[in-house]
Amino acid sequence: MKAVSAEEAVAMIPNNARVMVGGFMGVGTPERLLDELVRQNKSGLVLISNDAATPGKGVGKLFEGSHVSSMIGTHIGLNPKAQQQMLGKQITVDLIPQGTFVERIRAGGCGLGGVLTPTGVGTLVEEGKQKIEVNGKPYLLETALRADFALVHAFLADYAGNLSYALTARNFNPVMAMAADTVIVTAEHIVPVGVIAPDHVITPGPLVDYLVANG
Amino acid sequence: MDAQTIIARRVAKELRPGNLVNLGIGIPTLVANYVPAELKVFFQSENGLIGTGPIPEQGMTHPLLTDAGGKPISALPGAAIFDSAMSFGLIRGGHVDITVLGGLQVDAAGHLANWMIPGKMVPGMGGAMDLVSGAKRVIVAMQHAAKGKSKIVARCNLPLTSARAVDLVVTDLAVIAFPGGNATLLETAPGLTVAEVLAVTDAELTIPDAVPEMIL
Repeated sequence: MKAVSAEEAVAMIPNNARVMVGGFMGVGTPERLLDELVRQNKSGLVLISNDAATPGKGVGKLFEGSHVSSMIGTHIGLNPKAQQQMLGKQITVDLIPQGTFVERIRAGGCGLGGVLTPTGVGTLVEEGKQKIEVNGKPYLLETALRADFALVHAFLADYAGNLSYALTARNFNPVMAMAADTVIVTAEHIVPVGVIAPDHVITPGPLVDYLVANG
Repeated sequence: MDAQTIIARRVAKELRPGNLVNLGIGIPTLVANYVPAELKVFFQSENGLIGTGPIPEQGMTHPLLTDAGGKPISALPGAAIFDSAMSFGLIRGGHVDITVLGGLQVDAAGHLANWMIPGKMVPGMGGAMDLVSGAKRVIVAMQHAAKGKSKIVARCNLPLTSARAVDLVVTDLAVIAFPGGNATLLETAPGLTVAEVLAVTDAELTIPDAVPEMIL
């Protein structure tokens, strides 16, 4: 784990990178990294995020300008700007069920090729997917999802990179921290090793590549 | 009593002590207002919480404690927090006793469409498909008609949320179940006759010998 500034962290992310961003409707999102993605005017990003948040909040900031080329997520209904960009064909959006979204990322982080889920069988979601019967019940084969970068927001991070999360800001963060080549973390508080008891570590330090300095 | 209150009060009667319940946004959210505290129902919020409580008083909210719409909520004593994989494991894995969702259409076989209107409204399905696939019991809470058109239709022409039939539909006019895959009128809203409900329902309904009024 290496400590960096937000500017240095985002400078590592090239245009057109696949970027996973934690958070649910902008709660538990590394806001400073998103501000910096906008400031450094990154473009062509493939955004993997549950939702498009709201304009000006969380990943919603990326839809104020033209930073995203495509998105994989579950819901963009509360960000009119993301909807406009989708309907105007400036971006492509792959909308998938939320349970499938998180399991594909979990599979990507856990060395699995994918998962079998009953969700989406008999709906538009099954189009183009392999259907597999197990014990007489149909499932869809949903393949693993990984990214070049995961941008994660924790509540506490210690100097060793161990992370814990707070309340509903946990959401996709621990799962995404497993599923990218490079993991960049912001935290509300950076604390000495030992402040997070081993039993309370949710994301172990070795998963974290870069911790963004506070202040 | 307005339409939404009728629906929310009637759905609340379906909840049993100790149930783990997921409420969707819109009318389903209102159901929590009519559940007596002594019932000890647990409400799940799909963004990673069991034990959601009411909207906190002003100044008592926390920016990291929100519902699935991103709005501030509270957590009750005994609440539990978990990540999204766990949250949807609970949902898909059959650990949620009841899910209450809004609907655009429900058809005579109990199929629900509630996530898109092609070409018009494409917000995404969020958690709806997993909830309908995995919850033990699926209840749809919606107005009986929209813009004068019945939402209880012979066959959904909007994209389905799941191939699984829902268990119960509660509208401002009626309660409908699907025993044997046939839409069956169980109750009418207070003051309404069976004939009045049938007159504003597109789907063919099976009518049992006795159709009582809803008790709210």
